[in-house]
Amino acid sequence: MNIFEKFLYIDRRWIFILVALAVAVPLVFPLGLAVTTSPPVENVYNEIESLKPGTPVLISVDYDPATQPELGPMTIALLRHCIARKLPVIVTVLVPGGPGLAVDITSKVAEEMGAQRDVDYTLLGYKVGVSAVILSLGQDFRISYPRDYYNTPLDEIPLMKNVKNYNDVGLVVSISGTVIPEYWVAYAHERYGQKVAAGVTAVMAADFYPYLQTGQLVGLVGGLKGAAEYEKLIDRPADGLKGMDAQTIVHLLIVVFIILGNVAYIFMRRAKKRSEASAR
Amino acid sequence: MHLSTDIFIWIAALLTLCIYSFLYKDNPFYKFAEHLLVGVSAGYLFVIYFWNNMWPNLLIPLRDGFGILLTEGRFTGNLAALVPGTLGLLLLTRLIPKIGWISRWAFGFYFGAFQGIVITGYMQAFILAQVYGTFMKGGNPVFSLVLMGDFFTRPAWGPFVLAVSGPLMIAGVVCTLTYFFFSTEHRGFAGGVAKVGIVFLMIGFGASFGYTVMARVSLLIGRLQFLIRDWLGLIS
Repeated sequence: MNIFEKFLYIDRRWIFILVALAVAVPLVFPLGLAVTTSPPVENVYNEIESLKPGTPVLISVDYDPATQPELGPMTIALLRHCIARKLPVIVTVLVPGGPGLAVDITSKVAEEMGAQRDVDYTLLGYKVGVSAVILSLGQDFRISYPRDYYNTPLDEIPLMKNVKNYNDVGLVVSISGTVIPEYWVAYAHERYGQKVAAGVTAVMAADFYPYLQTGQLVGLVGGLKGAAEYEKLIDRPADGLKGMDAQTIVHLLIVVFIILGNVAYIFMRRAKKRSEASAR
Repeated sequence: MHLSTDIFIWIAALLTLCIYSFLYKDNPFYKFAEHLLVGVSAGYLFVIYFWNNMWPNLLIPLRDGFGILLTEGRFTGNLAALVPGTLGLLLLTRLIPKIGWISRWAFGFYFGAFQGIVITGYMQAFILAQVYGTFMKGGNPVFSLVLMGDFFTRPAWGPFVLAVSGPLMIAGVVCTLTYFFFSTEHRGFAGGVAKVGIVFLMIGFGASFGYTVMARVSLLIGRLQFLIRDWLGLIS
């Protein structure tokens, strides 16, 4: 067995170990590699910057723990940005695994920034039926959410007193690892003309670029890289930026593996052809 | 190094290691963690659905209504809640093969209602707006001689991208659609266009795969951040 054969049939557990090291080492010893921002993320940032203080922003936490490492950092960055800009945040949840995460994230960010529940932010909680809920918010928030997550009637929440429907909301940001942002586009944007932005997992990001082209989404935060860009824009480094060193190193490692794998495959194919020719 | 003293962090860390142990080979620790995850997820989802949907939308209106009926002799509850409640129960008839066909009524109602809600929104958002967006952006055509003229008068990277991206996108859409047009044999001109369509598809798949790798690595980063920071306390 020559070196190329050995490489092609390497025990994949060696690759797992290398990938684990490529992630762990930069986390412990950060390299501080530069992160550049991209227009889709800048557009979300600029849209929030353009809102007058006091204009509510609806952030829909439409994800569960499976995608939390990617979507959690961007939710935190968006919440920090809105609260710092004095934009009241209405948090909804449209997936059953999301309420716990929404409670955890909102309370942590609120505590850190001195934000007051029901004044600076409110957590409406989870409701079943994505399309029905999004449509009902266009008429009146109280149809789907007569009470918030903590069982307080909406009319008793200071933040919600002047919020009836999408007309009173400056921007909707749906953060999800599913197609739920498409529902926000179809029902909140197309039906009610609500400005919608999306924060999605990297797997989903490519699927959402067409909505940027058409203007159906004002901006897009894609994956951990998007979260890192947003953290850079608001100048609050957190898990997103901390993860970028590891992300870059692993990507380089994978590129090297792909190149080596292809080189080995080409050499093996040539060697096989030569041996077949000599056998004839 | 400051090891966590939180019992829940320890449970989460050990379960994470159990799951990752599968990378070495299948083993009882992985099986245990996998079954625990499935069981806990199912139980958690049931509780969430019950308290967020069945309890406030079905059981409370009926409980309150029948409570008043017993004490005051008049019914003030929402009987309409019985309709979705009954349809939901009909779904469970699938568990009894002999009367499983009854569940089709509930499925029929659900599919019909859902299609009625989504069709108009989907047509506008995902077909009409996308077709329009293929040729127009911000009210201007993406295939613009003005933009091309800008590039020739001011040759630079920015104007080049603006001038080329629109025609490239139109070409990509037409070529890719041609690849999926099966009523004509892919030979001659149609075959050539379809082959270009394959190139666009491959670029699209490549971008998606790159993003997928990034997503999976992000999840690993998240888990290792948890293990190294929250559990082992090696980083702040």
